[in-house]
Amino acid sequence: MTATDTPIDNGVNVEALLGVRDALPETPDMAQFQWRATCSWVKGTHSRSDVNTFYGFGGEQEHKSTFSYDADHPLAFAAEDHGSTPVEYVLVALGSCLTAGVASVAQQRQIQLRSVHATIEAEMDLHGILGADPDVRNGFSGIKVTYKIDADATPDEIKALVAQSQKRSAVFDIVANPTNIAVEVN
Amino acid sequence: MPTVTTVVIGAGHCGLAMSRCLADRSIDHVVLERGEVANSWRTERWDSLRLLTPNWLTRLPGYSYSGDDPDGYLSAPEVVRLIDDYATVTDAPVRTSTTVTSVQQSDGGYLVHTDQGSWQARSVVLASGACNLAHVPAVQEAVPAGIIMLNPMTYRTPDRLPDGGVLVVGASSSGIQIADEVHRSGRPVTLAVGEHVRMPRVYRDRDILWWMEASGLLDERIEEMPDIVRARSLPSMQLVGSPDRATIDLNVLTGMGVTLVGRLAAIRDGQAQFSGSLLNVCALADLKLGRLLDTIDAWASHAGLNGGAAPERFAPTELPASPPLTLDLRNGQIRTIIWATGFRPDLSWLDVPVLNRKGQVIHDRGVTRSAGLYLIGMPFLRRRKSSLIDGAGPDAQELTAHLAGHLDAPA
Repeated sequence: MTATDTPIDNGVNVEALLGVRDALPETPDMAQFQWRATCSWVKGTHSRSDVNTFYGFGGEQEHKSTFSYDADHPLAFAAEDHGSTPVEYVLVALGSCLTAGVASVAQQRQIQLRSVHATIEAEMDLHGILGADPDVRNGFSGIKVTYKIDADATPDEIKALVAQSQKRSAVFDIVANPTNIAVEVN
Repeated sequence: MPTVTTVVIGAGHCGLAMSRCLADRSIDHVVLERGEVANSWRTERWDSLRLLTPNWLTRLPGYSYSGDDPDGYLSAPEVVRLIDDYATVTDAPVRTSTTVTSVQQSDGGYLVHTDQGSWQARSVVLASGACNLAHVPAVQEAVPAGIIMLNPMTYRTPDRLPDGGVLVVGASSSGIQIADEVHRSGRPVTLAVGEHVRMPRVYRDRDILWWMEASGLLDERIEEMPDIVRARSLPSMQLVGSPDRATIDLNVLTGMGVTLVGRLAAIRDGQAQFSGSLLNVCALADLKLGRLLDTIDAWASHAGLNGGAAPERFAPTELPASPPLTLDLRNGQIRTIIWATGFRPDLSWLDVPVLNRKGQVIHDRGVTRSAGLYLIGMPFLRRRKSSLIDGAGPDAQELTAHLAGHLDAPA
């Protein structure tokens, strides 16, 4: 059996996504989304965040169920390690966003994926968050993502998949570019 | 009120190509021009700018280059002379110094108001150009006072800039050319780089546009493109028309000492903030260039063009491990910002409901949904070369055929 006989299936419904894009010129408001999470303090540096509803496609939407995330800090920080650190959630968000993009772009470009693995590493100088050196920023000094991809494609086609995924990634944009943040107390 | 079958707005190369095609079909028309023929080439170009297309590719209906430098690139005054001569030899009915103030639908056609009176016409062709206004992003409002701001339409020559550093925002055709000559003038340039289209001027001993033309890429039609929005919004090619046929890409600029930074994302408290996406936009451009050269080599091989220089691949764009993310605009290091961030058409006088929510004309290959109203001279209007002088002819011929059909149809 040749490759052309096998339908390319990465499990992404690209037709549905492109259908949404085609409908946008008529109904641009459909594209306006709001994403939400709630976060409650538990104890110490341990907090629990819930994700359930969001707004989009012109109305209120709901996940299939509520997803909960514990965040804490490791024992070495004199904490109890009930969950990932918040900065590790950023790595999770970036890796999962880029990987979803790789699958979607591969589907659109008719490339069959067999396996996709990313390692996401970020450097941080603790002088920043500890307030020990005003010249050091709190956040990452850099992020490195390394992909290992097995797919029916040339090395350049795989590089192009990963590049296009970055270009269309929300989390990549959020991390790479400034965003205004308003934090209020009610 | 004078009546005419067709009003063409704009006496640049597109309006004049349209005029020539209308005349070939004996469709009476006028060409209204706010200034003189080729006005934007007279008044809105920097001193050293040359056409990005080689002379042999400078073709219009009934005109082709016959000089002794087919591989050269016309200077701005030479482009003016070319378009002026074309208007003369085609005997185009141009009304200069006539600024259109509004175009409205009226019984069976259009009412075209100008500062020199009004015209009633059955059809109108918008040929006023895609580059009337320099687009400058809203972030300019946060630039500290005292920094001089220019754009490719107001910039003339490095000598008119103050001494000191220059931030050039945008690395497409205008941005790389300006960055190159400003940096050579002794004013250190920082270049903010977003998505761009990397292109060698010469490949395998021939102009890259020769390859794109010969292999059929320039003639690719918009209906063949998988993503029309993408095709029409592609940044201009990183090309310069210079007598030595030089390539100016990011590696050349880095080699000169230009500092590359990411897309300008924000200015906060006098600090310019650049995107962390620089590595990726360069990877995208390098990969895209590789695909273009693959296409060209495959075509050359298929066409039996295996003599001459062998295929080559260019070094990937070199970047420092950690390009700067911020630049202080208040410490006097940067004295000038040049916004090479693209152009927009100015159709503020168009009072016909054919605009989308972003103010762009909705059209199908230049045919608007308002019968008898046409658009020409936009990027990838009908084919990849629509934005080149050489693209005006075939687009004008096809639009004229459609227009003639409209005139023949029963009202």
